[in-house]
Amino acid sequence: MDYSIEKFLWSLLGLFIVLNWGFLMASTMRRVGARLAGRIGVPMYQPWIDLVKMISLKTYLSHGVMYYIGPVFRLVGGIGMFLFMPILVGSEIWSNYSFSGDLILLLYFQSFGMLGMAMGASDSGSPHAAIGISRGLSQFAAVEVPMTLAVIAIAIQHQTFSFESIMQAQQGGILNWTIFTNPLASIAGMLAMLGAMSHSPFNLVKAPNEIPIGPPTEYHSSFLSVLRTNSAIIHVVEAALFMNLFFGGADTWFMYIIKTFFVYFISVFVGTVFPRFKIEDSVRWFLKWPTLIGIIAVLVAAYW
Amino acid sequence: MEEEKKDKFLAPENEIRQVAAPDGSIIEVNPLEDYFTQDRPKPYKVRKGPVEDFLNWARAESLWVLGFGTGCGSIEIPPLVTPRFDMFRFGIQMRATPRQSNVFVISGYLSVKTLKRAIRAYEQMPSPKYIVGLGSCTINGGMYYDSYNTINRLDHYLPVDAYIAGCMPRPEALLHGFEGLKKIIKAGKGHKANEYIENLDWYKANQKKIIKDWNMPDYNW
Repeated sequence: MDYSIEKFLWSLLGLFIVLNWGFLMASTMRRVGARLAGRIGVPMYQPWIDLVKMISLKTYLSHGVMYYIGPVFRLVGGIGMFLFMPILVGSEIWSNYSFSGDLILLLYFQSFGMLGMAMGASDSGSPHAAIGISRGLSQFAAVEVPMTLAVIAIAIQHQTFSFESIMQAQQGGILNWTIFTNPLASIAGMLAMLGAMSHSPFNLVKAPNEIPIGPPTEYHSSFLSVLRTNSAIIHVVEAALFMNLFFGGADTWFMYIIKTFFVYFISVFVGTVFPRFKIEDSVRWFLKWPTLIGIIAVLVAAYW
Repeated sequence: MEEEKKDKFLAPENEIRQVAAPDGSIIEVNPLEDYFTQDRPKPYKVRKGPVEDFLNWARAESLWVLGFGTGCGSIEIPPLVTPRFDMFRFGIQMRATPRQSNVFVISGYLSVKTLKRAIRAYEQMPSPKYIVGLGSCTINGGMYYDSYNTINRLDHYLPVDAYIAGCMPRPEALLHGFEGLKKIIKAGKGHKANEYIENLDWYKANQKKIIKDWNMPDYNW
């Protein structure tokens, strides 16, 4: 792997683009939801203003060391997912720090931020945060099952745990995409994506009108701005993860933006149509159909 | 004599009690002093210059309102998120927790019970924070001016940045009030939170005159 300064700067530029694309996508999706409700919605630049405002608020609170480190863990989880996944297929400068086993590391980074956030939020001492954490972690544990099964099925299909190889194998036409060559794994993975994006119907954990805001209920000012930054990054990176696995990756930044937009749009579309699940219902749902499809996908990939 | 001193409104979990430590020694615990900080807040420094102007603009264009309806006026807030009024256009959003909000709409009359909760919520919000008094009840008591159970002048108990007169003001008036609040913030005059801290003794004396069962720390951090 290349560890030069130049490589680092390219990755930093990629992160900057992804961050701003995440903010723009967030406000766009809020406008889409608003239009469906017959409203106009927030201005396009609202996430940036919110960020500046949150940083400008004063804080004099201390809840302990872990309270400060929690949002940092969460941000590291998002940036880690970004850093170890190639952005564009077949590109040397936009390959980030991907290596032959990056798919496993990525699955780890997905839960890394959640666990750090859980520790930080529980340090805040708010009972609402504790309830939010137990809900969030149980839902995430249920989401992990079909997602991991889908990843295993794809790994067996392509005989590799490397993103670059999986993306290369899908090049050369739409029919080479995993969604056509391995539809069962794709369905299980895309259903798991609905949970990973934590959009409605699986947004009970952070929905403002449930137990107030969930785990980050005590987080404010700069802490909240770090969490907002992370959520902007992670929405793009999660969409890119599923784009790379199922939709052939992207060979230009234009395709990257188009494809991540539509992958994210699937979860928003489902979210505007379906109301919110209770946590026990969502856990049961993930452990039923997506898991069943995932198990069949693994068996098909192994024995077909 | 001892019986008279005892505060009959003190919640059971806040009473002074004795706890046995692991080594067998007896420790006296006073929850109000041991579990809550008794520190007084300090006013923040008000800066000037182009950077502060930019921050003020951001604060004005991103008003996060605490979702806490205190009186009958809170019925005017839900229409703001509907297609007809749509406050999101103006950067106004609702938050469910005081930690993440910086605008508190006192919507209508404030009963003695609710005043206590309003104070607790207001003090937990990060500065700079703003209060909008909605309806005549917050100005002079309105139609509840002689009620035994409501306060008449809100600004004796909490610092108010903007009033919206009327009984009830319509949602348009509320939006107009927010626009007025934005002008105040952009002009760099939205520092009532500092005023509250500088005159904390006066505000606390007024609040304690009304709230007889004061079983919380002086300042709710």
